[in-house]
Parts: sequence; structure tokens; C-alpha cells
Amino acid sequence: MNTTTKYAATALAAALGVSVLAGCGGADDGAAGAGAGGSKTVTLVSHDSFNASDAVLKAFTKETGYKIKVLKSGDAGAALNQEILTKGSPRGDVFFGADNTLLSRALDNGLFTPYKAKGLERVAADTQLDADKHRVTPIDTGDICVNYDKKYFADRKLDPPQSFDDLLKPAYKNLLVTENAATSSPGLGFLLGTVAAHGETGYQDYWKKLKTNGVKVVDGWEQAYNEEFSGSAGGKKAKADRPLVVSYASSPPVEVLYADPQPTEAPTGVATGTCFRQIEFAGLLNGAKNEAGGKALLDFLISKRFQEDMPLNMFVNPVAKDAKLPELFTKFGATVDKPATVAPDKIAKNREQWVQSWSSLVVK
Amino acid sequence: MALPVAFFAVFFAYPVAAIVGRGLRTDGVWQFGRIGAVLSRPDILDVLWFTTWQALASTALTLLIALPGAYVFARLDFPGKQLLRAVVTVPFVLPTVVVGTAFLALLGRGGLLDELWGVRLDTTVWAILLAHVFFNYAVVVRTVGGLWSQLDPRQEEAARVLGAGRLAAWRRVTLPALAPAVAAAALMVFLFTFTSFGVVQILGGPAYSTLEVEIYRQTAQLLDLPTAAVLTLVQFAAVGGILAVHAWTVRRRETALKLVDPAQTSRPPRGVGQRTLLGGVLLSILLLVLLPLGVLVERSLDTSGGYGFAFYRALQSADANGSTFLVPPLDAIGNSLRYALVATLIALVIGGLAAAALTRRRAGRLVRGFDALLMLPLGVSAVTVGFGFLITLDRPPLDLRTSWILVPLAQALVGVPFVVRTMLPVLRAVDDRLREAAAVLGASPLRAWREVDLPLVRRAVLVAAGFAFAVSLGEFGATVFIARPDNPTLPVAVARLLGRSGELNYGQAMALSTILMLVCAVSLLVLERIRTDRSGEF
Repeated sequence: MNTTTKYAATALAAALGVSVLAGCGGADDGAAGAGAGGSKTVTLVSHDSFNASDAVLKAFTKETGYKIKVLKSGDAGAALNQEILTKGSPRGDVFFGADNTLLSRALDNGLFTPYKAKGLERVAADTQLDADKHRVTPIDTGDICVNYDKKYFADRKLDPPQSFDDLLKPAYKNLLVTENAATSSPGLGFLLGTVAAHGETGYQDYWKKLKTNGVKVVDGWEQAYNEEFSGSAGGKKAKADRPLVVSYASSPPVEVLYADPQPTEAPTGVATGTCFRQIEFAGLLNGAKNEAGGKALLDFLISKRFQEDMPLNMFVNPVAKDAKLPELFTKFGATVDKPATVAPDKIAKNREQWVQSWSSLVVK
Repeated sequence: MALPVAFFAVFFAYPVAAIVGRGLRTDGVWQFGRIGAVLSRPDILDVLWFTTWQALASTALTLLIALPGAYVFARLDFPGKQLLRAVVTVPFVLPTVVVGTAFLALLGRGGLLDELWGVRLDTTVWAILLAHVFFNYAVVVRTVGGLWSQLDPRQEEAARVLGAGRLAAWRRVTLPALAPAVAAAALMVFLFTFTSFGVVQILGGPAYSTLEVEIYRQTAQLLDLPTAAVLTLVQFAAVGGILAVHAWTVRRRETALKLVDPAQTSRPPRGVGQRTLLGGVLLSILLLVLLPLGVLVERSLDTSGGYGFAFYRALQSADANGSTFLVPPLDAIGNSLRYALVATLIALVIGGLAAAALTRRRAGRLVRGFDALLMLPLGVSAVTVGFGFLITLDRPPLDLRTSWILVPLAQALVGVPFVVRTMLPVLRAVDDRLREAAAVLGASPLRAWREVDLPLVRRAVLVAAGFAFAVSLGEFGATVFIARPDNPTLPVAVARLLGRSGELNYGQAMALSTILMLVCAVSLLVLERIRTDRSGEF
């Protein structure tokens, strides 16, 4: 047994050695061990949707001398919950991706060290939900709205719906597909939008009527948008038959950007009276190994350069007032004047109960 | 033995115990009352009931459809057999996201069935069951077929000469020899379907939820650790129960088998019966395995300007994606292969050692218990392990939370049980007297193992390696939860592309899935073809 064990240990060591040589080395600068807390690296922990252009990240290194290491771990909810689990000994210096539906959970757990980012005066005031303490800094906003398939409604000479109430009309029976509010963030956003529009008691009644009007619920955005919605490229291939879907206000520009050849008009439109505003925040993690680097990174995230790079990477809107939207957004996107909002502390208090009664009303 | 135990303790038992402990203890006091509270909730009971019956149904259906396939692959020769064997293993490694999409295209609205007969099966239990068969077909064919192809057909012939009918001979000779492998395969399929996650989420819609989906929701989305801990314990108990039954059946059935070279046992089909069987099996493979894969390929080529390779070309540059990735999606292939290679090596070493230790006749009760323990990672959800890593591996020398090695480690955890399951029946079937003879002739234990066991089990090692490799290639759960520096694996890249609107993204997701399929098929084919000389190398 002893010889076998020795032999195996050697083999394992050799195997690991080989694999490191085989080029796993190329991909990670902050190799195993010390948690990459060197003063020259700043680590950003985020969800899977975080993105930035290479050139912009390089510019940050050039300006400040810090290299950015990005760690991604699952969707927004999962990524934040991992931070809460590891609070006090975080994996990085800055966390990006707590939105207004999750913000209270992050703040109540004391995840962040207060820091007032340089240039905060350029950021829209209505996005600064922690303005007195600056534990988090707003980075971007996005609107969750019903999208419609333009062709479907044009063919039938039918006006697309524009508001939450429109969706209850018999003309739109069996046309809407939405996501599970328990597992999907657009699904939750849409539910919160109905709460904002119809009140904390009226929303249940609204959903009963919506169910009678044939709303279909699927688990995630991918399936709703790519498989069930007739206006998307994937849906067209799947011969989808629902011309209304809960998605984002930025979805039509994306449809245009990724079509080949690019059309002159977006194939989908946004029902601007059905929107719920999401705001995403970043914060300096409590116990960060590189606080100075983390602060520099927060300053950078609201800088004009990063804010203008963001829309085409994450399909969200900048919060900095001096950041210009790319033409794609101004030409094909929708401006939402009065998005529905619900105060973060109210969301924190009632979210579970809202989602649960929604589930028993709509899904079961 | 020491190495597998240490590996298992550090990377599985400790993290899982820590996360369960976090849910069940407040201020250092165990709150076992929570177990009863959670288990009396009607919604949780519904989940338990659904999880169990769909797993039973899926297992039965898989065995029914795949056992004839195992026979055909083991005993019959037909053109393209090697290729087909690799192809049926491909589903096993596809990310569930992709499989869900393929099955929706087949069974959903406007899918093939809908066009032919107006049948729609999406959001029904049938879609889930069929997808489970699709996933697990290879498990049965490879585990049972691998052994079947090495059983000496002359034993059955001898029984026939002695007057037994064809059926009786098969029942008395072949079936008992196969039983451990069939039991092992059934057990694996049951475990997989019992802990099914992606398939149920996508095809079942929000109305169906398995234990695994519920654990994920409670942990990752709600951070309700007490409920998640209770559910994890329930899953533990269930998996433990299954394993205990399994161990008991295996012990009753194990006999030393006469294994022969598989090349000698298969022949071209003779007679109407065998031809019909071959035809039936090929048809079932066509409908169940090739058709869903074909849909993906078709969609990856179906651009707005007719059929072409536009989506594949788009994969080569990061720009075409509006820099969805900081690297071109094609780089994900390299990442995936590297992770899978490391994971396979770890799984082979750990699993091989464990299997060798378990076959010793002196192996006591303790070691046999370890056998069952090694299977547990299959029954524990990725999110539990991933979150367990987070709160345990956070101190030097083991601060691995931000290291790339965590991903292959987590993948190897799932690979080890495969290696053990595949090697154990074959290793146990090696006649002990051969080892004793070698020892008498003065060979060290290692030498004896190399000269006696290895040549006989090399095939099993290759099959095991193929499985471990395939598992880590398509592994999605742990890869997503474990934070990694941004070098996406193929499944992660596919999921990200599917998570965006626009034709190019959807097409690229399909193209990348097709590439993933091809990479798997090629890797498996290479493994099938490896003909090592008689050296002790893997």
C-alpha cells in the first residue's frame, strides 16, 4: 500500500505540474495562494454579465498603475449571496452588481466600507439611493419592460399595448410570456412593476386577471425571449407564437446590432408604460486587501470613459450625466420617462412574501 | 488509500459539512427542530414526491431503451460502431442549457412533433423523461456494454450444449455476470435524474421542481441556509439509502468472471432476430440521440442569408460580440480542454487508487463504507459544494477561492465516482490467484498490479477516463458558481451567448454547442482508439 500511495502521490504531483506547464499558467496572473492581494492588482468581484472593453481596462491600468482582475460567479443574486457568505474575508476589493431589488440585503449585512467616489456630483441624483452614507455607488440603470413584435401587430392592424392595464384587454389574450419571478430578475422586476402600479394589495388582483387573459410563465429570460417570443431572432426560428415578452428596454437595439445584415428599423418595440427601473451599484468591500486600488476602481467606474463604454458591453444606461449614449441606443432604443419604482427597504421587507403569493397565484 | 481519503475530506466532506452546519447551528447550538419544520411544509413535500417518482420513471425508461443498445454495442459488429459509440456519449456532456434548447425545438411549439402530429410535450413530464434518457443512454451502454463485451460467449455456448435453452442459458450465465454492472448503471442513472437540475428547470417550466432545483433556489437566490441544509440532508439520506441497497446487491452477486478481449466477442449480426434488434437500436438512437443533436447543428447553420458558416466565423473575434467576452469565444475551447484534462488526471489518480484499495480482499467494513462515500458527490448539489468551498477554503495554505484549480477540483469530485464505478466491477472480477501467483514469483504489489491488473483493466481505465473527461467538459453547475478569473469554459460561454438577444448571439450559441459536441465526440473517439503497448502508462 505504501509504495502504491507514494507512486500515486508522485503521479498526482506530476499531473498537476504538467497541467500548469500545459498553459493554465497563461490565463491567471494571480496564481493560487495569496488571494492576489498584491498592491498592484485590484480585484473586482461581479456577476456573469459584467463586461468592459479591453482598451478601457488597459486605460485604467495606465492611469493608476493597477491591473484589474475580474472574478465572476453566477447570476446577480448568487454572486451577491456569495459575498454575504464570505463577508469579512472577501475574495476581492470591489463588488459590482447589487441592484435596487437586492440592495437592502447587501447593506444590512454590512458588506461595504463607505467611500464617496470622485465625480459623484455628475451622477443622476435619483439613482443615489445611499446618498447620506455612500456605502454604494450607482453605476448603471436598465429598464425591464414588455417588448412587442412589431410585425405581428402591423399584420393584424392592432395597436401594441402600452401600459400594465392594456395587458388585461381581450385583444391581447394569450399573447404575453413572462419569467418566473422567483428565479429570474426580469420576472421579479415585472412583478415589482405591477406592485408599483397597482399597490401592495391590488397587484394580486391584477395577476389573477392577467392569468385569466392567458399569460404564460417560463423559468428564465433565455427561454422566454429566444424560444417563446416571436419578435426575437431565436423565436422566429423556433416559430414562436407569443408577440409580447418581458425583457429590457435595451433589447431592440441589441436585436439590430446582432442582425446580419442590420435592419434600418428594430424588429421589436417597447411598451414604455410597463417599465420597472433597475439600478446597479458597486461598493468597496469590507476587509478589502487593496483599499486604495478599490477606491481608484470606483472612481473609474463612474468616469466618462467607462460610462460611455458600458452601454454596448452590458446593454445598460449610464448614470453619469455627461456620458453620451451610443447612436444605436438613441436611434433604436426607447426612452422611458416614468419607470415604476419601489423603495429598496420596502422590497427587502416584502419581496419573499410577494414572490410567494405570486407563485401560488400564477404558477401552481 | 490515504490520498483519496484526504482528497475527499478536504474538498468534499469539510466544505459540505461547513455549509450544512452554518444552516443548522445558531450560536454553536444545533437546531435539529428545523428539520421537522421544513419537512412539514407542503411545498417541500411536493418537491420530494416529484423528485422521487420522476427519477424512478426516468431510470426505468432509460434501462428499457438502452439495454438492447448495450447488447448491440457489445456483441454485434457493424460499420461505424466506434463512431456511434462516441456519438451516443456526447449528450452526456452537453450543458443542460443546450439540451433544453434542443428538446424545446423538437417537442415544443413548431417543433418536429408539432409539425408532424400536432403533439406538444414541452412543460410536460414527458419532455423531462425523454431528456433524461437522452442524457443517460451512454451511461448504460458504456457501463453494461463495457463488461458485456468482455464476457466470454463460450460460457453461454457451453450451457447451450448442456441442454439449456437460449433464454435459460442467458438467464443463468450472462445475466448474473452482468447484474453488478446493470445495477451500477441503474444506480448512476437514478442518481443523475434524482439530482437533475437544468433539464427540469428548462423543460419542466416553473411548475416542476426537483430537490436539486429547490436547494439551488434556497441557497443561491434566497440565502435561506437552514432550509437548504435540511434539504441537503434529505438528499444525503436518500442517496445513502440507494447506495446501501446497491452495495448489498453487488456483494451478493460478485463472482470472478472470465474476461476476454472484446475484439473476440463481437460478430456481424446473423439471422433475422439480430438484424431486427440492430435495426431497432439504431432507430432508437436516431430518434432519441441524433435528432436533438441534429437540431442544434441545423440551427447553427441557419443564418438569415440561407445556410452557411457565418456564425462560426463570428466566433473567432471578440469584436463581433460587442466584446461579450474579453477573449474570442473560440478560446473557451482551449480553457475547457485544459480544465477537463486536469480534472481527468485528478479523477483517475484518486479514483484509481480508491478502486484498487476497494478490491483488496482484506478490505474491511470501513473501506467498503468509503466506497459508498465516494459516490456521495453525485448526490450533492453543485451549489452546496461551491458555497462550501467559499467558506472553508479561505485561509492559507488553502486559500483557493480565486484560483483556477478550484474548477477542475470540483469537476474531479464528480468524475471520481465514475472512475470508481467503471473500474470496480472489472477489477473485482480479476481472479485473485493471478495476483497471488505474481506475488509468489517475487513481484512487488505495484509490479503485480502493473503486470496483472493493468492489462486487464486498461479498457476500463480508458472508459473511465472518457467519462471523467466528458463530465468535466460539460459540467456547468460548479463551473458557474465557483468564481473564476474570466476564462469561460464552453458551457459557460454558451450560456452567456444565450443570455443575450439578437440573431448573431443565438446563432453563435448554437455554433459553440455544435463545436462542443464535436470536441467531445473527437476526444471520446481518440480515447476509444488508444492502443497502448503493455506499459504501465495511462
